[in-house]
Amino acid sequence: MAMLEVKGLTKKFGGLVANDDIAFAVKEGEILGLIGPNGAGKSTLFDLLTGFQRPDAGYVSFLGRSLLGSRPDQISRLGVGRTFQKLRPFDHMTVEENVMVGVLQHTANLRVAREQALGALFFVGLLEKRGAHGHMLSTGQRKRLELARAMATRPRLLLMDEVSGGVDQRSLPGLIDLVNRLKQQGMTMIIIEHNMQVLMSLADRVLALHLGRKIAEGTPEEIQNDRKVIESYLGLAYA
Amino acid sequence: MRSRTPAPMIAALGAAEREPALQDALNEPARTPWRLRTRLLGLAGLVALLAYPFVLNAPFPQHVMIMIFLYALMAQSWNILAGYCGQISLGHAVFFGIGAYSSGFLFATFRVSPWLGMMVGIAIAMAAAVAIGLPTLRLRGHYFAIATLVIAESVQIVFQRWEFVGAASGIWLPIVRENPLLNFQFNESKIPYYFIALGFLSLVCLAVWYLERSKAGYYFRAIREDPEAASSLGVDVSRYKVLAFMISAGFMSIAGTFYAQYVLVVDPETVFPLTLSILVLLIAVMGGVGTLWGPIIGAAVLVPLSEFTRIYLGGTGGSVDLIIYGALIVLICVFRPVGLLGIWKDWRLGTAVGGAKNRGNA
Repeated sequence: MAMLEVKGLTKKFGGLVANDDIAFAVKEGEILGLIGPNGAGKSTLFDLLTGFQRPDAGYVSFLGRSLLGSRPDQISRLGVGRTFQKLRPFDHMTVEENVMVGVLQHTANLRVAREQALGALFFVGLLEKRGAHGHMLSTGQRKRLELARAMATRPRLLLMDEVSGGVDQRSLPGLIDLVNRLKQQGMTMIIIEHNMQVLMSLADRVLALHLGRKIAEGTPEEIQNDRKVIESYLGLAYA
Repeated sequence: MRSRTPAPMIAALGAAEREPALQDALNEPARTPWRLRTRLLGLAGLVALLAYPFVLNAPFPQHVMIMIFLYALMAQSWNILAGYCGQISLGHAVFFGIGAYSSGFLFATFRVSPWLGMMVGIAIAMAAAVAIGLPTLRLRGHYFAIATLVIAESVQIVFQRWEFVGAASGIWLPIVRENPLLNFQFNESKIPYYFIALGFLSLVCLAVWYLERSKAGYYFRAIREDPEAASSLGVDVSRYKVLAFMISAGFMSIAGTFYAQYVLVVDPETVFPLTLSILVLLIAVMGGVGTLWGPIIGAAVLVPLSEFTRIYLGGTGGSVDLIIYGALIVLICVFRPVGLLGIWKDWRLGTAVGGAKNRGNA
């Protein structure tokens, strides 16, 4: 059985169809890449899956349970974690406290929460920054913080909105390595990613969106050679 | 969903616990313990507070301190909702009025002990917070502030017309000589009021202290910082907003009961005014929002200012204190939005760094 199943998912904003009849499935331990030009509906899809937006039609089931009508916090407690494209650290809380908020859905014991938060910070390589405040971090560090925070909720499925976006070349390999380590540990993920090289190295399967519709789905190689994907997104460089 | 099987990632985290850097981090205390000097200062402050009403045994200095405690109590209540949870209320006088009317009405009509009346007041204030909070806390940012402002004004108008509770003339609490403690009335001396106010203030500060070390406190701050990110981490945002509102309203109503017993008159003009809601906000902002000590410092600075201007300028100076407040707040907001507490912390940090530099040069 698939971990996540999506059928006929549709979301309209006025006359604009942001997601049009989207269907796909994610198996346990798999990394699904999500590509598409700006406005293709990738972030909207994340918002629909995590309860930040209500779909107009369609069906989402996670571990055999419908997610429709659930609030974001309920979906988080069911085991779906996410990061945001526009990073949102809690600026006036320390890095450590940021991550503790994620752990606290499992325990009310602050000592336990702190231990697990430090573990997550160690994992993402941000342990030294534990006392710093959110707004003092670089973009790369903030991405790590968001990842640590989402991991602290112990998700079964992690939705990552852009690994490489806004990150300088120097910090990128570390971040990719981080996602790879998560993958090795069997974390199931859906990743939105614009950098094709990054995506090809991480994803088992790729879903291409264009103007709210699914235009292709397959292995990274198949997607790279798909005529529709090349026309709409990758451009002639890949032809 | 608490008993979910842990994701594989956590197993790996367990293995990482043998890493020295992580081990060091795990061993260090979550908070730096107070230094000896701070402890001694705290002890001296406590002794001074306990001795104050006996040393300065005159009504006016005692009254000023009681007012500082009362306003610090209110500012701290407001701080729980606004400073920690980020929901700016402009109508907190409602809960003050509810506290004052609940105990006042029950005492004047049925001779119910104001202590019991206070409990009733807390319950009604919390219920009102739920009733007001459920629809309005869904509103974002400024809309909640406007909604609370309008609701507070409407409640005042209702009480001005409501004959059952004395309409515009309010409730005059009967003066009772026997059993002062049970009747929460001390006509001979202000000293009991001094200690009761100090006790209530300690209670709310203890609550904030505890909140800072609890799951709810972390959730409140996460909601203040970014409600959407908080909800993505499993925080039930509306539930915790309402919880913050309830705690805040409960303490505010305690202040109302205290005030009713202190002046023995309750009327809509004095317990539901917009100026009270604003004053409570100003004190907290002045001292530093979202901190334990901010509201206390704010009250210690602003309340004497208002009491003294009232004395020196008499009836004509009724609003001078508000003008001064306004000017101070503008200065704070423009130059240092962190409040007095933040300014002091920065100054100390600055001198500490400077001191270290000087030592290095020597």
